[in-house]
Amino acid sequence: MVRVQEEDFEVGAELQWLRRGNPGIGAVACFVGLVRDVNEGGAVRAMTLEHYPGMTEKALEAIVGEARQRWAILDVLVIHRVGRLLPTDQIVLVAVAGAHRGEVFAACEFIMDYLKTRAPFWKSELTPQGTHWVDAREADDQAAQRWSG
Amino acid sequence: MLTVLYFASVREKLGLAAEELPLPTGVQDVAGLIDYLAQRGGGWERLAGIRNLRCAVNQQMVAFDTPIKEGDEVALFPPVTGG
Repeated sequence: MVRVQEEDFEVGAELQWLRRGNPGIGAVACFVGLVRDVNEGGAVRAMTLEHYPGMTEKALEAIVGEARQRWAILDVLVIHRVGRLLPTDQIVLVAVAGAHRGEVFAACEFIMDYLKTRAPFWKSELTPQGTHWVDAREADDQAAQRWSG
Repeated sequence: MLTVLYFASVREKLGLAAEELPLPTGVQDVAGLIDYLAQRGGGWERLAGIRNLRCAVNQQMVAFDTPIKEGDEVALFPPVTGG
């Protein structure tokens, strides 16, 4: 399941929902991305996340579908927030449930790496110097590329 | 008609979020559409100067030589920065 929303999420409640009492689940891996108060050495006061409604959900579903093909996992939850966020706010949750830790760790990292390079979100940051769009990072492309081949 | 959407820094540079236009004669792919848009004058040459432009056709991220046809939704945007 994927959700794009302005509202915050409660990690414990979301993981509880992901498990839904399924006794076949032996492992849950969870990544939470947060807004920092610093980026590229400068202070960040706030962040605004824009996205491409419609495509965003499709892109996230496609990434989850690819993870399901690569690993024997049981369920996935991706929540990505949009709109205005402040330092310490949660941005993204990726949670993967499966029988064993190996698959869920790998799938969780894969989904995050692909989300960073394939899902249509764009961040702008408010700094003391004004508002600017965040540049894509070469390291994110490299992280996604290591899953191919 | 084509629907063309602009996002993030591309939208800001062009001052437009979306437009509809008839598929221009002779335009066969996204690259051709960008050339056509950039030649319209009134500041649209800025589109040709944007480095690292990315595109989607019908909500799928694709290469610039992807064919386009009447009724397609084309989106132009910078590299994504979510997560």
